[in-house]
Amino acid sequence: MSDWQVKYKSSLKDRGTEGILKLREGILLFVPNDPTSDSKLKVLTPNIKSQKYTKEGSKKPAWLNLSNKQGDSHIFEFQNYQDMHACRALITKALAKCEEEQPKKPAAVLTSAEQLSIADLELRFKVLRENIELQRLHKEFVETKVLTEDEFWATRKKLLGKDSIRKSKQQVGLKSMMVSGIKPSTDGRTNRVTFNLTSEIIFQIFAEKPAVRQAFINYVPSKMTEKDFWTKYFRAEYLYSTKNTAVAAAEAAEDEELAVFLKPDEILAQEARQKIRRVDPTLDMEADQGDDYTHLMDHGIQRDGTMDVVEPQNGQFRRSLLQDLNRHAAVVLEGRNIDVDSENTRSVAEALARVKQVSKADGETTKDANQERLARMSRLAEMEDLQAPQNFPLAPLSIKDPRDYFESQQGNVVNEPRGAGTLKRNVHEAYGSLKESILEIRTKGLRDPLIKPEVAFEVFRSLTQTISTAKNIIGKNPRESFLDRLPKSTRDEVLHHWTSIQELLKHFWSSYPITTTYLHTKVGKLKDAMSNSYSQLEAMKESVQSELRHQLSLLVRPMQQALDAAFQHYDADLQRRTAKSARGSAGEANGSV
Amino acid sequence: MATVASKLYSDDVSLLVLLLDTNPLFWSNTSTTFSQFLSHVLAFLNAVLGLNQLNQVVVIATGYCSCDYIYDSSLTLSGNSESGRTGMPALFASLLEKLEDFIVKDEELIKEQEHDERIASSLLSGSLSMALCYIQRVFRSGHLHPQPRILCLQGSPDGPEQYVAVMNSIFSAQRLMVPIDSCYIGTQNSAFLQQASYITSGVHHAPKQLDGLFQFLTTIFATDLHTRSFVQLPKPVGVDFRASCFCHKKTIDMGYVCSVCLSIFCEHHKKCSTCGSVFGQSKLDGASTVSEKKRKAPDS
Repeated sequence: MSDWQVKYKSSLKDRGTEGILKLREGILLFVPNDPTSDSKLKVLTPNIKSQKYTKEGSKKPAWLNLSNKQGDSHIFEFQNYQDMHACRALITKALAKCEEEQPKKPAAVLTSAEQLSIADLELRFKVLRENIELQRLHKEFVETKVLTEDEFWATRKKLLGKDSIRKSKQQVGLKSMMVSGIKPSTDGRTNRVTFNLTSEIIFQIFAEKPAVRQAFINYVPSKMTEKDFWTKYFRAEYLYSTKNTAVAAAEAAEDEELAVFLKPDEILAQEARQKIRRVDPTLDMEADQGDDYTHLMDHGIQRDGTMDVVEPQNGQFRRSLLQDLNRHAAVVLEGRNIDVDSENTRSVAEALARVKQVSKADGETTKDANQERLARMSRLAEMEDLQAPQNFPLAPLSIKDPRDYFESQQGNVVNEPRGAGTLKRNVHEAYGSLKESILEIRTKGLRDPLIKPEVAFEVFRSLTQTISTAKNIIGKNPRESFLDRLPKSTRDEVLHHWTSIQELLKHFWSSYPITTTYLHTKVGKLKDAMSNSYSQLEAMKESVQSELRHQLSLLVRPMQQALDAAFQHYDADLQRRTAKSARGSAGEANGSV
Repeated sequence: MATVASKLYSDDVSLLVLLLDTNPLFWSNTSTTFSQFLSHVLAFLNAVLGLNQLNQVVVIATGYCSCDYIYDSSLTLSGNSESGRTGMPALFASLLEKLEDFIVKDEELIKEQEHDERIASSLLSGSLSMALCYIQRVFRSGHLHPQPRILCLQGSPDGPEQYVAVMNSIFSAQRLMVPIDSCYIGTQNSAFLQQASYITSGVHHAPKQLDGLFQFLTTIFATDLHTRSFVQLPKPVGVDFRASCFCHKKTIDMGYVCSVCLSIFCEHHKKCSTCGSVFGQSKLDGASTVSEKKRKAPDS
């Protein structure tokens, strides 16, 4: 039955209009009894966010409060609680069904063509805003439909991806400060000792003292409340800090739970025993003997409790600072290996226990591991002079002949072939004349005059001319380049042409060889854009002043050469394709005949 | 004595390493004789030594198949060398003697060698390496040393088989911050020397008239490194940066480059000869062979 007699109230104060509430497939419909009133309501079931209802025991009437995603709430007053509960159950069922369907739809939308998320678009806008050059390129190409958005950004993934790398989370380690050992605040006046307990401290206590963790799991909440547990724990801590072993022994005898905290940690002891069993017997301990500097003068901790005299039966109620420090250090080095939210103490305890169980299972030595250890032990313990001679298989050295490298450098040298005989004769003659020259200069001395004044003057003149013309062309400052002498607009234009031609050429050359029609159209568009650039370069060359024209054409030449090479390739490829298709169709005609 | 020495060490103390081209095949084909050339050069060396008391000069002869140190001004004792021959300043008697010995040795070496048909180039890479070794030793002698530079007097054309070695020497010189000046007296253009001077920020000049060589040398190449910051020296307008390919030693503009060791080849190879890495087939070649295969089928 999905029709109920209800009163619809838009708010609590409203008196309510009577009507019928119908629940159909995905729609909740309220039709008032009075056809003239206009509080007809149609609510789509997916829109319902939550429903609240009044309790049966209270004296209030049976109300059902539905709030939808826009924030409005609709209150329906039912005739009795039974109806209200039935309606509520049906709505819950419908809601559950909706939730199932919902996730499927968004997935279908995304698996079609690459949908950009809002975040991606924002990132792209940000990058474009920051880099004006990139913005200009983007405007020139993407908005004139020469390149699509995806192609433009395909090569610039590095720019877009930088942020995502930063978001990757870093694992947080444990503090090396012993928060579990912080001294409490003591109030002498009221004789109270106050311990502070945060979730961090709880985590540390559970990690360092597995016996306490085990006790927590066992006792709370069956035997005592959490507060009592911690009170007992801190009582034990206080007793430790007073170092009064007699009192500790007495209290332990009385209170069984307290005794758990005061005893040495059995679980830890077991773990330690296992670790000792697994130590490699071939470990060389000799190095460690020299490391023991604590017994030298001026070293070590003065009062670490080892020298204090203790009665044997109360020995178990002591704990030394070294033990605490070592345990804390071991825990910190293991790291934080659970991710449980630390609000619920019990869940933390259970998670830690589970982790410990898993690691224990892994650590148990299997039969193979044992065999391996035995083999290793026998290998290390062997005596060298009693061994048989071992003939290991030798791999032959492969040393490459260094002459290969040098000879390959002098490989096939292209040269005019000369007759061997003539070469030798020439060489001898040459050497002979050289030796004569040296003899001549030895006997005659340096030339006198060394240099004629006219010649020297000529040299000076030509040098001055060279240097001054070079200065005009290149500029006074050797660091200054030709670009600085151009007017600013031309310079910007030249630089922009450079980057845009680079971009076009990059996309052009990456589209070859053409395999799909998409690439074909892309290449066509790129070619048009490139011819456009070419004509713009020509125009720019004309427009500039005559004295700068030569330099500018030199500057622009590599760009034009690159474009020419691209055009050539395009034409050659086009020719090849038409030839191929012509031949192909001709071949088919032949074949069919 | 140390303080006196450091006081005398002004900014313009220089060590000039001169690489002299003694390639007989070149010298037998030029209008200027070797003796005229030598007189210009020796006078220039004298001038350099006269500019500063602490200047040093080292001469390395670049032969056809060997190179050798000819002269070191810091080692030569003054005075007692045999000045029996007239007309020659005693300072350079030993230089000429050693030069003659070197040429004789070079001749011996070429007799032993199989005459491979290579361009008549001199061993520039060898002499550059020797110069750099000498300079490195000077650097390590202490922190009071003259500022070294290399002057390359070359007339022979470039030997493309020396491309790799010459480039390596140029980059070492750049690292050491030693400028390589070059004076090219031959007929063709030398790409190696242009690149050397450009990369190491030295001066390159190719004088057209060789009877004024002394004037060129003293005007341009005698300036020490400190003075160059305020003296205008001729700059080349363009530099020929073409490389030569590693397989045939031709100078090329466009070629294939190995992405592992950056060696340059003029044609497609299966494997790089320098580092041994295997090249994959290029996309363009692959497409054309496939389409060729397709074309053949309907015809047959």
